[in-house]
Amino acid sequence: MRSLLYLCTALSVIALAAWAYRENHLTQQAMNERRSLEREIAALEEAISIQRAEWAYLNRPDRLRDLVDVNFAELKLVPMTGAHFGEIGQIVYPLPVPRAVITDAVDVYEAGVAVPVSLSLGQEEPL
Amino acid sequence: MIRTPLRPLARILAARATGENPDHIEQENRRLRQEAARDRARSRAEGRLLVLALVFMSAFVILGARMGLLAATTPVELARGVSENISSARADIVDRHGRVLATNLATHALYAETRRMVDPQHAARALARIFPDIDGARMEARFTDPNRRFIWIRTRLSPEQVQAVHDIGEPGLLFGPREMRLYPNGRMAAHVLGGASFGQQGVRAAEVIGVAGAELFFEERLRDPEQIDKPLQLSLDLTVQATVTEVLEGGKQMLNARGATAVLMDIYSGEVISLVSLPDFDPNNRPPPPTEGEPADSPLFNRAVQGYYELGSVMKAFAVAQGLEEGTVTPETMIDTRGPLTFGRFRIRDFRNYGPQLSVKDVMVKSSNIGTARIMQPIGAERQQEFLRKFGFLDTMPLELAEAARARPLLPARWSDLSVMTISYGHGLSTSPLALAAGYATLVNGGYRVTPTLLKTEALQPGPQIISARTSAQKRLMLHQVVQEGTASFARIPGYPVGGKTGSADKPNPRGGGYKKDAVLATFASVFPSHEPRYVLVVTLDEPVDTTGPEPRRTAGWTAVPVSAEITRRVAPLLGLRPVSLEKVNERLAQGH
Repeated sequence: MRSLLYLCTALSVIALAAWAYRENHLTQQAMNERRSLEREIAALEEAISIQRAEWAYLNRPDRLRDLVDVNFAELKLVPMTGAHFGEIGQIVYPLPVPRAVITDAVDVYEAGVAVPVSLSLGQEEPL
Repeated sequence: MIRTPLRPLARILAARATGENPDHIEQENRRLRQEAARDRARSRAEGRLLVLALVFMSAFVILGARMGLLAATTPVELARGVSENISSARADIVDRHGRVLATNLATHALYAETRRMVDPQHAARALARIFPDIDGARMEARFTDPNRRFIWIRTRLSPEQVQAVHDIGEPGLLFGPREMRLYPNGRMAAHVLGGASFGQQGVRAAEVIGVAGAELFFEERLRDPEQIDKPLQLSLDLTVQATVTEVLEGGKQMLNARGATAVLMDIYSGEVISLVSLPDFDPNNRPPPPTEGEPADSPLFNRAVQGYYELGSVMKAFAVAQGLEEGTVTPETMIDTRGPLTFGRFRIRDFRNYGPQLSVKDVMVKSSNIGTARIMQPIGAERQQEFLRKFGFLDTMPLELAEAARARPLLPARWSDLSVMTISYGHGLSTSPLALAAGYATLVNGGYRVTPTLLKTEALQPGPQIISARTSAQKRLMLHQVVQEGTASFARIPGYPVGGKTGSADKPNPRGGGYKKDAVLATFASVFPSHEPRYVLVVTLDEPVDTTGPEPRRTAGWTAVPVSAEITRRVAPLLGLRPVSLEKVNERLAQGH
């Protein structure tokens, strides 16, 4: 009886050691992954900051003004003045959308066409 | 310890005498001895077990605590740009709508480790080809110098340059990562931003430190690790700033001015929407401070903040306001304007003779020096000083720029009765355009003191009331009338009523003694829309000349006013102001009065 207990203890120690070894490996793996993710995040953040800087650089007022001048023939953009303010009354009131009118309807029921139960009026779709 | 013998003689003899077996005594004693030994061993084992239990216990507690700690810590990302205990991180600066004014950009520095170099001659020649300002022969001498092992070659490289240096294929040329401060808008708002440079340098990183302007003023905030992710939001509006710069630049060129400055400010919050000083510079490539000539001519000089000048007639608004506030005059009071007004050996003249008398309103509208001096005369030096101090004209006007604290107004050495009169029309007391803008804001916003700020403010905190709401309303009307009837007729912009006051001050002779001939500082301080002001705009031109007429004209009405009007015309729609009709404005002003 006692020897069985010893055997069990020894086996459980071996099992626990194996488990701890595996956990250790998994932890190291996770840490490596974390490091590479951090590197990736840092690289992406750097890329974002460069994109932001470039966006700001491309949208600098001097450049936009030059672009407006170059493309005047096409865009016809002028500096904003007081004359560009509109009155609320200048906006066209949205016209009523005409309703669809059915002019030449066909009586399906009378013609004896089989209508699926789910489509027939007044009935719930069978579940 | 006295060891009990197994067979004590006395007891043996006694036992023998009684006929007992003496072996029993021995057995009894042996048993006692064994029991004592067992008890000792047991207590020792118990002690050991306890120690062992404690050891295990503490090990488990430590493990548990560590696990708990790991579970409780928030995940952190790898801090970027921190190595060798040098942090190059710096928060961005954005305008009031979040557009980037200053940001950090990853770049590389180039250095050489001479021991690793394979072919220094070739490397030096190749570097000289890539960087035209590098002298190949000198670089080669430095590479081959046996006393040198480490050489900095460049602090900033563009990606193309990095590739070109890579292509040399020299293992001794190495790159160190750097964060570089980038101002994507170039010269825009240069004086506000200031500039940055490198501080402490290591191979893997270098500090980025502010050298001037807001970069230097907010140094701690921008480098605070807690707030690195949060950009610093300024009150500037990039679009408005660009427009003001464009118009002012054009005006400066057309009028041949040496310099120009414009300050646009919210009259309630004191937020500076736009601050331009010309000539300006590129903060990406900040020029070195000037070593000769007038400091004011350097592009680094911030005229709006550092330029304390006598601004002339724009200051009349404050003298008249004091007269109204103290109750010594009303807008309709007639003032004797017969000239010249003689005081000792000093004579005060007007630009033109305005007849024997003018109402207080017309003193403002026609800008009469004599009239203003006469309004101020009975008030006296002490009350004038007190009044101007409340507006902040006697101290440095604070602003979140490193340069702001260094400039101070020039006050008269002795505040005599003559000073009272000259200061009333803007001579004898120097003021910066920024301080003037803050003063005008107070005049028209109902009388509350305004402290200029470069930070976007969410909640409005009105300062103490300096002048009454009634005086403020009277000033609004007067400033409107100056434009409609007086010296600033060029500021009549259809749809955008402007109120303001011109000032054309002779520039003092730099060699001392009197004023320069034909050198004028033309200023126009305006508020718009004049019936319910929202913004104050101060435009100052240094030595402008309008040469479109038969003879050169230098007064503000011909120089600063048209430029200021053009700025208002362009900027007011950008600020979201709708045009209004003049009838409505007059109606509103009459009500306010």
